[in-house]
Amino acid sequence: MIKHERFETNSIVLLVGILLTVAIGGLVEIVPLFTIGETIEKVEGVRPLSPLELAGRNIYIAEGCYNCHSQQVRPFRDEVERYGHYNLAAESIYDHPFQWGSKRTGPDLARVGGKYSNDWQAAHLIDPRSVVPESIMPTYPHLARQDVEPAEIGADLHALSIVGVPYSEEMIAEAAADMVAQATPDADTEALLRRYPKAAIGDLDGDPTRVTKMDALVAYLQSLGRMVDFTTYRPELAGEATTEGSQP
Amino acid sequence: MAEVERDLATGVQTTGHEWDGIKELNNPLPRWWLLVFYACVIYGLAYTVFYPAWPSLSGYTKGVLGYNSHADYYTEVAGAAEAKKQFTDRIAAIGVAEIAQDPQLLEFSLAGGQAVFNENCAQCHGVGGQGQRFYPVLADDNWIWGGKLADIEQTVRHGIRHQDDPDTRQAQMLRFGADEILDKAQVTDVTEYVVGLSGGDADAVAAERGAKVFAENCAACHGAGGAGNQELGAPSLVNKIWQFTGDRASFAAQINSPRHGVMPAWQGRLSDDLIKMVTVYVHSLGGGQ
Repeated sequence: MIKHERFETNSIVLLVGILLTVAIGGLVEIVPLFTIGETIEKVEGVRPLSPLELAGRNIYIAEGCYNCHSQQVRPFRDEVERYGHYNLAAESIYDHPFQWGSKRTGPDLARVGGKYSNDWQAAHLIDPRSVVPESIMPTYPHLARQDVEPAEIGADLHALSIVGVPYSEEMIAEAAADMVAQATPDADTEALLRRYPKAAIGDLDGDPTRVTKMDALVAYLQSLGRMVDFTTYRPELAGEATTEGSQP
Repeated sequence: MAEVERDLATGVQTTGHEWDGIKELNNPLPRWWLLVFYACVIYGLAYTVFYPAWPSLSGYTKGVLGYNSHADYYTEVAGAAEAKKQFTDRIAAIGVAEIAQDPQLLEFSLAGGQAVFNENCAQCHGVGGQGQRFYPVLADDNWIWGGKLADIEQTVRHGIRHQDDPDTRQAQMLRFGADEILDKAQVTDVTEYVVGLSGGDADAVAAERGAKVFAENCAACHGAGGAGNQELGAPSLVNKIWQFTGDRASFAAQINSPRHGVMPAWQGRLSDDLIKMVTVYVHSLGGGQ
């Protein structure tokens, strides 16, 4: 057995010991990253957030929604029966950072997209008690009063494109226009929906004349968990000799 | 190396470190602590043998037990499905009308349908379908889109004005005022007529002019006497049950630039048997026809 005196009285031995310990700690954290791609399921449909949804996501983070809401349905029967299909890593590949969270004071939001109408989401954010009497969620009426700033969202898309989110130059150039079009009733949304399929369009916050932060947050919430078509998803399970692999 | 110094009181060797005259004793770790520590190390290593752990160049070790949390989940779900099979198989095979006729399936559907309703529907329609805000009561016998089992099932499956479902229930009241289909005086007149329809205190002269406007513009959907038409999702204007409105000002606002209710489509979100079960549950709330 190595006596600790030997480390404590010999600086070179101590130095080598420290290096070795730190190296192991580092390797354990870094090495798995080289093969992490294998843990990401191959699914179709996951797209970057639209400019309005991205603005909504920024509000979601700024307002601290993640402090009470997780976005992670775990593979347990009770969770799947309540919220929907358990989350796949692939659904978070464009999230920087992901909003999985670990605290559920409120319900999980990973599959909330499409679950309620836009009207409900806006009413609920303005005053949660107006639709869920027992709710303890804070009110966010100011979101309906504040406009988004379309001129600035292009920079957000550009920043995310640097870290690997596949925003094309076209998407970045059209960001401000897409942002306004998504929340404006009867706007031409054909190009928008081609770039961002399934995006919730129209008057999202009950005020058709403006594009508010409420529009953005509702658009973001309506986008959550709807990108992957789970009727065609086949999981790859360990221990199965004849794994089909995930299908598009 | 300094000379080994021993503490006078206990005879234990000191480390030679001294703070304000207090010296640290160099006691060995207790044996029980060391053994627990080594046991933990061995447990940790053994765990990596049995469970997925070590990364390699082309993946990771899967562990001799072949554990996979997703596989665990599917086993759990399969067990639950097996337990419910005697009911769900029959629910899958027959329609909602027959389910409601079968006492055993009815009981099963009411229990399961209530759980589905409370998680997915009560946020708008209220617990027990009592309704709130602009979301219709489901426990009374007034229906916008029909209260028969088949009607309710259709609404649950495809929703109302749901953006992504081509089969969704669709009806769009025109923006009579905002789009200048009617002029301001006509909007005022027809508002008076609608106030009168539900027994309100209407201006008789204006209402009479409004009756003609109503017959030409509104009766096609809402019916000649304002009785409504469930085929078109046009609500009754005579029964004093209002979704958005209730007073003169809100009638005028609705005629000018109408609000429309939206309900999500649940097909694809809820499984087929759950949709049938929640349909039977909603039908049972008091207003089912």
